[in-house]
Amino acid sequence: MLDVVWLIPALPLAGFLLLVLFGRRLNEPRAGYLAAATCGGAFVVTVLAFFDMLSKSGQQRSHVVEVFSWIPVGSLEVKMAFLADPLSITMALFVTGIGTLIHLYAVGYMHGDPKFSKFFIYLNLFAFSMLMLVLGENLLVTFLGWEGVGTCSYFLISFWHTRESAATAGKKAFVTNRVGDWGVMTAMFLAFASVGTLSYKGINDAAIGGSLSHVTATAIALMLFIGACGKSAQLPLYIWLPDAMEGPTPVSALIHAATMVTAGVFLMTRMNPVIHEAYTWAPMIIAVVGAATALFAATIAVAQNDVKKVLAYSTVSQLGYMFLAVGSGAYIAAIFHMITHAFFKALLFLGSGSVIHGMHHEQDMRRMGALRKLMPVTAVTFIVGWLAIAGVPPFAGFWSKDEILLYVYANNRGLYVVGLVTALLTAYYMTRQVIMVFFGEARWNDHSEEHGAHGDFKPHESPRIMLLPLVVLAGLSIVGGALQLPFTKDLHFLEKWLEPVVEHGEAYIKGSWAYDNKYLLMGVAIVVAVAGIVVAVGVYDKKKLKAVEPEILANGWFYDRLVSNFMGGPGRRAFDAVAWADANVVDGAVRGTGVAVRSTSGIVRKLQSGFVRAYAAVIALAVLLMLVWFVYRGIA
Amino acid sequence: MFAAQAAGGSALSFPILTTLVLVPALGGILTILTSNRRPESTKFVALVASTVTAGLSIWLLSSFETADAGFQFVSQHPWIRDWGIGWHVGVDGISLFLVVLTGLLFPLVIAGIDPHHDHKRYLGWMLVLEAGVMGSFISLDLFLFFLFFEIVLVPMYFLIGGWGYDQRVYAATKFFLYTMFGSAFMLVGIVATAVLAKNSLGYVTFDLVQLAEGAEFAASSGRWLFMAFAIAFAVKVPLFPLHTWLPDAHTQAPTGGSVILAGVLLKLGTYGFLRFGLYLFPEASVWVRPLFLTLAVIGILWGAIAATMQKDLKRLVAYSSVAHLGFIVLGTFAFTSQALTGSVMQMVNHGISTGALFLLVGMIYERRQTREISQLTGLQAVAPIFAAAFMVVMLSSIGVPGLNGFVGEFLILIGSFGNARWWVVIGATGVILAALYLLWAYQRVFHGEPDEDNKSFAELRPREGILLLSFIAPIILMGVFPKPMLERIEPSVKALVAHVETNVGRGFEFEKKDIAPVVHSGTNPSETENKDDEGHGG
Repeated sequence: MLDVVWLIPALPLAGFLLLVLFGRRLNEPRAGYLAAATCGGAFVVTVLAFFDMLSKSGQQRSHVVEVFSWIPVGSLEVKMAFLADPLSITMALFVTGIGTLIHLYAVGYMHGDPKFSKFFIYLNLFAFSMLMLVLGENLLVTFLGWEGVGTCSYFLISFWHTRESAATAGKKAFVTNRVGDWGVMTAMFLAFASVGTLSYKGINDAAIGGSLSHVTATAIALMLFIGACGKSAQLPLYIWLPDAMEGPTPVSALIHAATMVTAGVFLMTRMNPVIHEAYTWAPMIIAVVGAATALFAATIAVAQNDVKKVLAYSTVSQLGYMFLAVGSGAYIAAIFHMITHAFFKALLFLGSGSVIHGMHHEQDMRRMGALRKLMPVTAVTFIVGWLAIAGVPPFAGFWSKDEILLYVYANNRGLYVVGLVTALLTAYYMTRQVIMVFFGEARWNDHSEEHGAHGDFKPHESPRIMLLPLVVLAGLSIVGGALQLPFTKDLHFLEKWLEPVVEHGEAYIKGSWAYDNKYLLMGVAIVVAVAGIVVAVGVYDKKKLKAVEPEILANGWFYDRLVSNFMGGPGRRAFDAVAWADANVVDGAVRGTGVAVRSTSGIVRKLQSGFVRAYAAVIALAVLLMLVWFVYRGIA
Repeated sequence: MFAAQAAGGSALSFPILTTLVLVPALGGILTILTSNRRPESTKFVALVASTVTAGLSIWLLSSFETADAGFQFVSQHPWIRDWGIGWHVGVDGISLFLVVLTGLLFPLVIAGIDPHHDHKRYLGWMLVLEAGVMGSFISLDLFLFFLFFEIVLVPMYFLIGGWGYDQRVYAATKFFLYTMFGSAFMLVGIVATAVLAKNSLGYVTFDLVQLAEGAEFAASSGRWLFMAFAIAFAVKVPLFPLHTWLPDAHTQAPTGGSVILAGVLLKLGTYGFLRFGLYLFPEASVWVRPLFLTLAVIGILWGAIAATMQKDLKRLVAYSSVAHLGFIVLGTFAFTSQALTGSVMQMVNHGISTGALFLLVGMIYERRQTREISQLTGLQAVAPIFAAAFMVVMLSSIGVPGLNGFVGEFLILIGSFGNARWWVVIGATGVILAALYLLWAYQRVFHGEPDEDNKSFAELRPREGILLLSFIAPIILMGVFPKPMLERIEPSVKALVAHVETNVGRGFEFEKKDIAPVVHSGTNPSETENKDDEGHGG
């Protein structure tokens, strides 16, 4: 089964091509079902590949399938090849699995949209690109997927392109990501210059074998991390992700929460031997950036009123957690959290989409409230997601977050405190959201006329096709933690499974204080989560405490505004200066020369208008004569 | 190995290259001779001539010997014996795809874009232009090359001046004078080369292969000669700061002229650097390397920044050419087979995607009578297929992997990184800017609500669709499966790199250096020992 691993991306690609050709004719809802079927087919193949791999042992679990030679020039030999190994299959499993659910959900969510089939064209192309990204055998195939998901993200963010804000957000996402892509490209150049190949195996083997110098390894790791900062929305490049919420909600769930934004974490994990070979300050930078992003975004989420913006900043924050794990050498914990996060954040986004759908496209949480009675399924599943992200045991998020914190403690206690504060804030802002949306008073009647509803405006529960994915994801958010339970070694399923991939880079903490006291740390984490929830209940439900939502947090510390003011101000003026200099200095010199020549040559001035024409005619004639002569000489 | 000549070439006894020049030339004359009253017969003649040329170029491609690095389909006849001037033509991997691109682009332009008046002269000039471009790409004689290089100017001048827009006379004059200025240097350079080569050869010849393989120049004179050629080519490319004729020429040229100008004409410059600069004066081209790498990188950034701020869509595309050609020059002066292969491929890529962009801008102008970005808005809402076509071409120009532009750009950058590291690191930021200026333009033109003026913007017509499809198909094909192209370019490029290395001596070994380990600043002894293992010996 591993030999046909190429089928996994090929199926969504086929769906994409079919929809490009026949999408309009298929129309709603068949186009959506076709797209979902190809994605589901990819999921089935992935599951089969997974079991096939499970039946093998150790090194045999890494399998390369070469399709064709893509870019071969001299010593550079880039193959269109796939690498099926525990890491890529794990990624493919949740990409196709959650992808299929979200395809189905979108059939309901996009109901009635005039560009219904086009939406699924993009969605299938995205699934294809994402699978290329995770299954690539070398950096360049991954980069193909990397840019592909970026492009699809651009298409989908600006899907409602007549809206100015959507169009701007799409462009912002693409350009910001390109900054990161510059890093990835430079990392590839470095890798090729020092190792002579772009294949993961070649580069990682060089790192493990010690033939990659520390300097080069550091440079590669940091350049890749710049790319990861772009794609996975870390400081200072995170600014595109909150704006990306302009896209339809299924897109936010699939691309901007569950799959694409985790690509950076995946890439760092893929290259973990190189990071391990880097100077120790390199992973430290990764950890610090991750921790800073986690805390920074969490503080912003506390003061957001848009139901999706809260989740967007929460995603940025949780991705920061994953990089904190990567920087601490806890790759398995990072992947673990990536998976559980994919479950519960996709769930939360889809839940918010269900709310938005039921509220006739209202996204302001201040106009919601008490929705649990009208949207029971959405409410219950959303609450499951909330408990999972808040870190309440036994929900999935608790286990993965706990494992990250364990490793971080062993690595650096200062960062552990940052992680803990973030956990507190996470529990707090998520509780705030749940209360504002589902509990308290119903505030939507006050604004019913704005929704265009006459008389009684009543939010409604979403159709079944949208609820099914919610239920499945809620189930996964409950049991997801079982992938890796901390109690005994036998329960470390994910660790055993991923071991061959992270053998070299994974931090070893057995015997550290943190490891010996892991139950104590677990207790601390639970206390923190509960504290966050209790405070939020006190503020937003019981109204005993005053809400703290300062302007500066609502505006995201003014960072985004600072960047756009810079771009629109000095940046734009600098660009204008170049354009001006081009027209007036560079071209001015040319025109100046022309004028000088003309004014010193009176004869030419007189003949000015006809001069060039005559000259051209003379040349043409001369050339013609020469040709005639040549033909004559040639014959003779 | 370049001297392989006919021996290494194909078995074709038919003088296919000569025919490739003659068919459009005769077609041009025939077109002029057709009756004024029957425009359709004029077009028919022009179409037949250009289609036959296209067929011949495909035949050329299919009979090209893939692994052969030398010149193929060579035909050689003496012309002016006393001066050693001859009709010496041939193609190798470097010129092959430029010839094919020329062969295919012209019939598309002739079939797809109609001039607004005076069909006969327009088509006549087009065909003369095609003959000139073809001749330039196949000439292996300096004098012959100069002849064709100059021939090209004349029809282009008349096409811009006769069928262009408001400022056409100014633009055409600027184009002509600017290029003539460069050519004057080249003419002097060519004559001087032949004269100076007599010292080492013992006879006067203008034959490229004999000069490159046999002649030896003192370092100082070689450098002067190189610079004389380089000025002509730098103007043609155009390389910063000699680029300002391009935005005017492009903007004012009729759509067909712009497509040809971007598609093949600019490549005469980059091709000239490879064929005459590097091949004839290896020592000098290594010597000027820092200068040209720097100008190339400045051009990438400067062109991209200037493009961002343009208010005219066509001018924006023109400035994007300056940036793209900067990449090609960067790869040219990196002297590795990856970078040079990338440069050659990027010449073709740029011809296709920028050619297609000019086509699309032309179609917008046809519909709206304006190219002002501020006048256009919301086109995607009214013409989604048109917008989709624009999108694909734009992504190719941005360099998204899976499309052709990426392969060339990537090869240039990765191939240059080994010995021009900092230039590459800075130049690669051009990929960010490319996304910025194109996406921003796309947003302003295609996104948003269409206003009154843009509401009736017509969707892509079938004829336009077919025309664009013939650009989009290679864009995808060359991006997904570039191997057949790369393996034909590579041998010749490798030979050129080897030629440069052997002639320069003094330990200039770029080809090996490009996979050598990164220079470490703080290495410990054990790593230094491992250095040899790091480079996987090519």
